[in-house]
Amino acid sequence: MTFELFIQHLFNGISLGSLYALIAIGYTMVYGILRLINFAHGDIVMVAAYAAFYLGGMFVLPWYLGFPLAILVTALVGVIIERSAYKPLRNVPRIQLFTSAVAVSFLLENLGIVVFGGRPKAFARPAFTDAVLEIAGAKVLSYTFLIIVTAILLFSALSLIVHRTKVGIAMRALSRDIETTGLMGVDTDTVITIAFAMGSALAAAGGILWAIKFPQINPLMGVLPGLKAFIAAVLGGIGNITGAMIGGFLLGVAEIMIVAFFPEFAGYRDAFAYTILILLLLFKPTGIMGEVEPEKV
Amino acid sequence: MKKIITRNRILTLAALILLGGLLALAEGNLDPYKLRVLNLCAIFTIFAVTFNLIYGFTGQFSLGHAGFAAIGAYAAALLTMTPEQKVANFFLQPIVPLLADIQWPFLPAMLLGGILAAIVGFLVGFPALRLRSDYLAIATLGFGEIVRVLFVNWQSITNGSLGLKGIPEHTNLYWSWGAAAATVFIVKRLVDSSYGRALKAVRDDDIVAEALGISLAYHKVLSFTVSSFFVGIAGALLANLISTIDPKVFLFFLTYQVVGITVMGGMSSITGSVIAACLYTVFLELLRPLEMSFSLGPIHVPPLPGMRMVIFSALLLAVILFYRQGLMGRREFSWDGLIGKLNGLRLRLGRRESSSDEVSS
Amino acid sequence: MTALLEIDALTKKFGGLVAVNEFSTRLEAGELCALIGPNGSGKTTIFNLITGIYRPTSGSIHFDGAEIGGERPDLIAKRGIARTFQNIRLFEGLDVLNNVLVGYHLRLKAGPFAAVLRMPGYVREEQMMVAQAQELLEALELDHLIHEDATSLPYGQQRKLEIARALATKPRLLLLDEPAAGMNPEESNDLMRFILHILETFELTVFLIEHQMRVVMGICPRIIVIDHGEIIAEGPPEAIQTNQRVIEAYLGVGEHA
Repeated sequence: MTFELFIQHLFNGISLGSLYALIAIGYTMVYGILRLINFAHGDIVMVAAYAAFYLGGMFVLPWYLGFPLAILVTALVGVIIERSAYKPLRNVPRIQLFTSAVAVSFLLENLGIVVFGGRPKAFARPAFTDAVLEIAGAKVLSYTFLIIVTAILLFSALSLIVHRTKVGIAMRALSRDIETTGLMGVDTDTVITIAFAMGSALAAAGGILWAIKFPQINPLMGVLPGLKAFIAAVLGGIGNITGAMIGGFLLGVAEIMIVAFFPEFAGYRDAFAYTILILLLLFKPTGIMGEVEPEKV
Repeated sequence: MKKIITRNRILTLAALILLGGLLALAEGNLDPYKLRVLNLCAIFTIFAVTFNLIYGFTGQFSLGHAGFAAIGAYAAALLTMTPEQKVANFFLQPIVPLLADIQWPFLPAMLLGGILAAIVGFLVGFPALRLRSDYLAIATLGFGEIVRVLFVNWQSITNGSLGLKGIPEHTNLYWSWGAAAATVFIVKRLVDSSYGRALKAVRDDDIVAEALGISLAYHKVLSFTVSSFFVGIAGALLANLISTIDPKVFLFFLTYQVVGITVMGGMSSITGSVIAACLYTVFLELLRPLEMSFSLGPIHVPPLPGMRMVIFSALLLAVILFYRQGLMGRREFSWDGLIGKLNGLRLRLGRRESSSDEVSS
Repeated sequence: MTALLEIDALTKKFGGLVAVNEFSTRLEAGELCALIGPNGSGKTTIFNLITGIYRPTSGSIHFDGAEIGGERPDLIAKRGIARTFQNIRLFEGLDVLNNVLVGYHLRLKAGPFAAVLRMPGYVREEQMMVAQAQELLEALELDHLIHEDATSLPYGQQRKLEIARALATKPRLLLLDEPAAGMNPEESNDLMRFILHILETFELTVFLIEHQMRVVMGICPRIIVIDHGEIIAEGPPEAIQTNQRVIEAYLGVGEHA
């Protein structure tokens, strides 16, 4: 393993981690407020990729118009899902909410298969993303670098919103105590919808960047990234946005490094991820930044 | 009271004999396609009833069904395949010598599949004690996937992603419906006993259940073990029905279908699970043309693969959102109930015929 | 002679918060004793410690001579300690009779195999359980409601049902957590008479948490008052009523309906 190769792997890992982190934030925001594992969140990634694909392809929009529009469309889809499938179930046992999310997920995937066709489509990268950069002596593709930069920018924007705006404070308050916050005059429904919109928008950005990095899109492309992003969220401490970012980066780097150093284990990659998840849930469900409390008598 | 119990027993016996007769009729006369659907009905019945036991009656949202089915399926497949078929399958890497020459008849193979699944279920039950509902769901989902990934990589035992072909087709209506009947019988008996009450108590309020002296560990693990035993059996039946299995058969998608069926049939209703499982299997087949191109007069509809699942998922959402108790809710079929309804019907018809001015209630 | 329940220097800390501080007392068999105190004084925490929901930080709990601190709740129940909860917690999926029958499950000797196969040993035990449950419900005047949904009963009946269910476990010590909560004076008096009745009929020892002082003053010969997890007074009602510390602890709270 030369130093140059190592740097390449590192960038790849951080890049992949950025993608996981972008998606993980959505999971963690929703779980923090609603205690819901939004199973359909991974499929939002797929929606964004296809939206960008069609907006760029069919409507021939340049990427600086197509991509933001795709993000908007995806955020809208996220909001529609929240309003129709989750909001009515606010007061029922959590597990029914979870089942609803699972159903939405499969609905999206199969709708994708029906509408877009099951065969993968080639995603057209914007030209500038193909350039090769040299960083620290290693050759890094510019999109790898781009993903990291975009992610950091988006995180900063999100942090600002969450910590400095009224909406952000409301979201954090809802995470602590949804009932009391509602009683204090906060419009719970609207804040929740905004949280979903933001989480979906970030995941959409992740989806488009994912399609740039792995330019083959198919209706099931969101399943694995979604699951891994969820694991990242739990790793970092579910309910905690910074935790989601940390978890995302950690998972991305670990995944790339393990396969780089131990290529014979490549097939077990997913099993490792699930095992980490189970171990976390069993022994340290609060993750690294731990927030959400277990049930009290 | 005793007369009613005896009457019910006779009715059940009569129904079983009738069922046996129908199965014999079907086995002798129906084409393989229809037989396959009927066998699948039985297999999914077992899947649904066992999921109901775990979730509807014990309150454990365990999504590991596909994993247990895989264990049973592979066990039965490897035990029933002939040595020649094994050699033919394992061309990438030869099968483990232990399994190379084994060939068992179906019943012991199926039972061993169930037992292996039960052992794993037993082991899974313990960590499950520490996890609350949504975490348990994700963890067991992860478990199911780990099993699948293990099977994908375990080239020398499962033949990896190549799967197994040429599994002897032992499954027939007697085996599948026999197993389904046994599952329903045992689960119903368990649920209608003091242990069933304890499981429901654990489901409704496990802290109170513990305060009443009910060991959560014992009862949750009991539920897991019984459930996964029969899931393993159903997996074995599946392998020896479709004769080709590979790890993709046991994706979380399978568990999802089972969850959907059970929710739509009514959680905590064994009857509902049976009905829903059969309806689902039949409709899945009936709607197959939807996914191939067909013509409605002048309109030509292109093939729409995935359409059936869109409908299924949409239906499931509709049930969860608007009709939460599903088809049967918590109600069960009973002879008393049926006879009561028939009597009521008879009375109403009788009343209409007589022209007296009865006061209606 | 060892008392039925012996609690010595029982302490429970949640992180930095001391919920129970060196709580000690003895309950003799057949006693009816009340534990009162303002909201948040640690009463339910003490019950949770006795019944195994919490593990003591330090101190000991002995029941019938055996140390039970930190034992599993179901094992403690099997020893003969039963409880009810502040918010009535009945099993909503079960009717009245089945709610009570759950209480008998812990003494079942037949295993699940025997139950599924309806072997004679199991059938006999089940019939006995049902008979005993019906007798119990009759004795508590709930037998006419046997097949009703547990949660459809009026509040007072639900409370009685919860107590009946606890009695089904054949306890020697019964812990009642604010049984009169949410009841008007007439209902509370009814309940208190009920408690006295079962105290004798079932040879129980009863440890009772109550927030409403008036309710327990009438019937409990011994009252323990705690505040902030510590005992501030103990003795017969007359002594408690005139105790300055007790009055101060309740100051501002006053009489509760």
